[in-house]
Amino acid sequence: MSNPLLNISTESRSRVEQNIPARVLRVLHLDGPLLIGILGVLLFSLLALYSAEGQQIGELLEQVVRMLIAFGALLFMAQINPGWLRRLAPIVYAVGLLLLILVLATGEIGKGAQRWLDVGIRFQPSEIMKLGVPLLLCWLLHERPLPPSPGVVAVVIIATFLPTGLIAVQPDLGTAILIMLSGAVVIFLAGLGWRYIAAAAALAAAAMPVLWMVMHDYQRKRVLTLLDPESDRLGAGYHIIQSKIAIGSGGVFGKGWLNGTQGQLEFLPERHTDFIFAVIGEEFGLFGALALLAIYTFVVGRGLYIAANAPDTFTRLLAGTLSTTFFFYVFVNTAMVMGLIPVVGVPLPLVSAGGTSMVTLMGGFGILMSIHTHRKLVAR
Amino acid sequence: MVAATRIKEHWREQQLFNSRILLTVFMLLGLAALVIIRLVQLQVLKYEYYSAASSGNQIRAEPIPPIRGLILDRNGKVLAENKPSYQLEITPERVPDMQDTLNRLVAARILAAEDLGELRELLRSRRSFETLVIAEHLDDEELAAFAVRRPHFPGLEVRARLGRSYPWGEAAAHVLGYVGSLSAEDKRQFDPVEYAGTTHVGKSAAERSFEPALHGTSGHEDVVVNAHGRKMQVLKRVRPLPGKDVILSIDLDAQLAASNALAGRRGAVVAIDPDTGEVLALTSTPGYDPNAISAGLSRRAYLALQEDLDRPLFNRALRGQYPPGSTIKPIVGLAGLHFDVISPQKRMYCGGAYSLPGSSHRYRDWKPEGHGSVSLYEGIEQSCDVYFYSLARDLGIERMGGFMREFGLGASTGIDLEGEQSGVVPSPAWKKKAFRRAAGHVWFPGETVIAGIGQGYMLATPLQLAHATATIATRGKRFKPTLLRGTRDPATGTIEYQAPKPLPAVDDQDAQHWDAIIEGMHGVMQGPRGTARAVGSRAAFPIAGKSGTAQVFSVAQGQKYKASEVDERRRDHALFVAFAPLDAPRIAVAVVIENGESGSKAAAPIALDVINAYLKPAPAT
Repeated sequence: MSNPLLNISTESRSRVEQNIPARVLRVLHLDGPLLIGILGVLLFSLLALYSAEGQQIGELLEQVVRMLIAFGALLFMAQINPGWLRRLAPIVYAVGLLLLILVLATGEIGKGAQRWLDVGIRFQPSEIMKLGVPLLLCWLLHERPLPPSPGVVAVVIIATFLPTGLIAVQPDLGTAILIMLSGAVVIFLAGLGWRYIAAAAALAAAAMPVLWMVMHDYQRKRVLTLLDPESDRLGAGYHIIQSKIAIGSGGVFGKGWLNGTQGQLEFLPERHTDFIFAVIGEEFGLFGALALLAIYTFVVGRGLYIAANAPDTFTRLLAGTLSTTFFFYVFVNTAMVMGLIPVVGVPLPLVSAGGTSMVTLMGGFGILMSIHTHRKLVAR
Repeated sequence: MVAATRIKEHWREQQLFNSRILLTVFMLLGLAALVIIRLVQLQVLKYEYYSAASSGNQIRAEPIPPIRGLILDRNGKVLAENKPSYQLEITPERVPDMQDTLNRLVAARILAAEDLGELRELLRSRRSFETLVIAEHLDDEELAAFAVRRPHFPGLEVRARLGRSYPWGEAAAHVLGYVGSLSAEDKRQFDPVEYAGTTHVGKSAAERSFEPALHGTSGHEDVVVNAHGRKMQVLKRVRPLPGKDVILSIDLDAQLAASNALAGRRGAVVAIDPDTGEVLALTSTPGYDPNAISAGLSRRAYLALQEDLDRPLFNRALRGQYPPGSTIKPIVGLAGLHFDVISPQKRMYCGGAYSLPGSSHRYRDWKPEGHGSVSLYEGIEQSCDVYFYSLARDLGIERMGGFMREFGLGASTGIDLEGEQSGVVPSPAWKKKAFRRAAGHVWFPGETVIAGIGQGYMLATPLQLAHATATIATRGKRFKPTLLRGTRDPATGTIEYQAPKPLPAVDDQDAQHWDAIIEGMHGVMQGPRGTARAVGSRAAFPIAGKSGTAQVFSVAQGQKYKASEVDERRRDHALFVAFAPLDAPRIAVAVVIENGESGSKAAAPIALDVINAYLKPAPAT
């Protein structure tokens, strides 16, 4: 009876005794609503992948295994106290940066780009930076008064551009943009003055021609193709044309699960990875696509709620950044598949096949849950 | 550092953060709205468009070529048919070990080792489910060799394809023509939709002329394909309509007789039914093997055919233009009667040569000692040149040439085959056009003289000669020469016949005129001094004919033409025209033998062979 754990539980006994699942969640430091939202997205993923991978149960099981691993990452991150995380932030960032340099020097080449590092298991160091950059920036800002001073802003910018540049030359423009965006989100949430924002926007506009100059040919082609997909029907335009046909021909109610001709007959390239949203649009129609978007919005909304209720600057900024960035992932992928922005090779978060990005994302959700569940203990 | 001097205001920072979160929410909602608007635009507003695009993506119409019609002779004997030819096909995705399979095919002598490199290249460039032909036209031995090893060759299959086959080979090559793959020109000429699946199209002669009837109507299959073109499902099948069987007016017996008789020589035979204009036989030698050409010749073999000095691909019957020589004499004689320049009884003295008044140039008769006193009958029977030199001069080139043109000379006959030449009936006007230099524009009286015996500028094709002879046989009634007798629907067996196509008749209604020259032609064959009486005496029926010899090489004044002294290819062409039976002609023939020297000796027997093959008379007693 002198067990301290028991003392804690007596204080809230009435709730715990009523609800066993809630107790499990609490013990595991999980957030119920967020978990439900994530599971909803994963369910969508399994349905769409089963169809996109030609109804091969084996490949589906592989993805289930990846999901379980990713869920392990979520569980692990959820247990880490935000305070610990804050102290670890510079180390994570430094290790990530080191690995990025290493991958450029020795990395394996996959699909014409050096992204992979083989250390027992193959993984992309750029994935670490998806968490590493927000962590470091939040760590940089949390001790300093907000809105950040120009000097701090300069440090933030350097800390963001360093890994982004390394990733962009791999070349992996999609991930580079996403990480840059996460940096921008941190500093925006930190209360960056409007003058700075306006200046940054002007600078970005001015940088466009420069960016065009340094882009690889295939990247330029993707941009041009976006403006006029018909100009390159069988080359780069093929992806966009076929995915638009898939989504458009799905109509309001879709062609039905496993009945999508674009996907089933292999007209749709990359249909189980980057272009899975087209399979969903084709088979489940407008309703299916909106349902998925609704779940995503719920997940992001819950994340922002967690951010608003976070106890200190570090957790607040981190939760807000992770949630907002997650939404950007969704937006970039869906907009790309529907031909609103150039094809940049960003998977649909938690839905596209593949393990690396899912582990990072789920780890991010683990951090969110940790922030939310450890908050009460800290508050007490 | 500036930051160090500032104090952290937690409450204010929370406020600032919350306002930024709120802004973020609005921004995210804006982006979400953008995605939703795009979804609605694609899936609702442009649904029809994308739905159609999606169907078009997956459904493809695959053509099914129709079966080509047969070609039959007038008695229903098959001249061209479709025979299965066997080819070995490989489907790479079903072959477990390509390298090993290819090596074993070489070991089994089904493939040649030197073709392997090219084959591997081909295999690399194709999709793995696309079937590739690796050996064509397998013979029985090769088929058997493969059949026993078949279990060891998964992914390989022998497939029968219909190929064009000509059972009579070279004998009917120039009348039937051949088929070949569609050229760029063919693709312009024929409906691309109808010919989408067709591999072979008629290239020459009957195969070309009657292509529309022979081809049939293409069918198609609507198939669901995936993005790689692999067939997944057949939705609809529209069967092709086979092409019509084409019945030619050719009589196979006459055709074979002509071909056999010409064997080993360069020449042509055309036989026509005078009452209809139907072509009964049409041969040109040397010929070629239409089976080999249709199956596809190697480039080298084709070049060899094209460059052959004997020009086997050249259809002499339609395109060969020869001086008609003495075969023209009956028509010149008729012109004389028609214009009242001569009468059948009028006699003329032949001393072996003719000179124009006031000129010393001697136009020689073929008989140096002369024919003596000659009537029209004897002039034709013995082919007296002097008689017709004189007649030609009296007629004048305009009247004589005009009358010849009434027999279809000097213009295309309009036969239903491509590539016919029109020959030449010269005239002063023609000469002005034909010669570029002003010096060539003058028409000399001597040119009229030699035109009277079918020499000089005058040229005619064997087809024109046969047509003109048929016109004599019908006493002036003319029909356009035709090869197409009718078409037969392969499904119902109903035959649609072509009506004869009359042409303007020769403007001479006087039966006595016709009697006179036909009698002369009869004399050639069966008269006491007829030039071809040796041949005519073998005929079991009354027959009319006329020999001709066309100079290839002109002999100088005062010299004698001696065959033995002249290079083989510069010897005279031998010609012969004939029709039979005399009183009710059923067949008219023209024979040309290049460098055959003597019309009555070389060409006349061939004419009789063809006539006999067609009329099939009881053996002469």
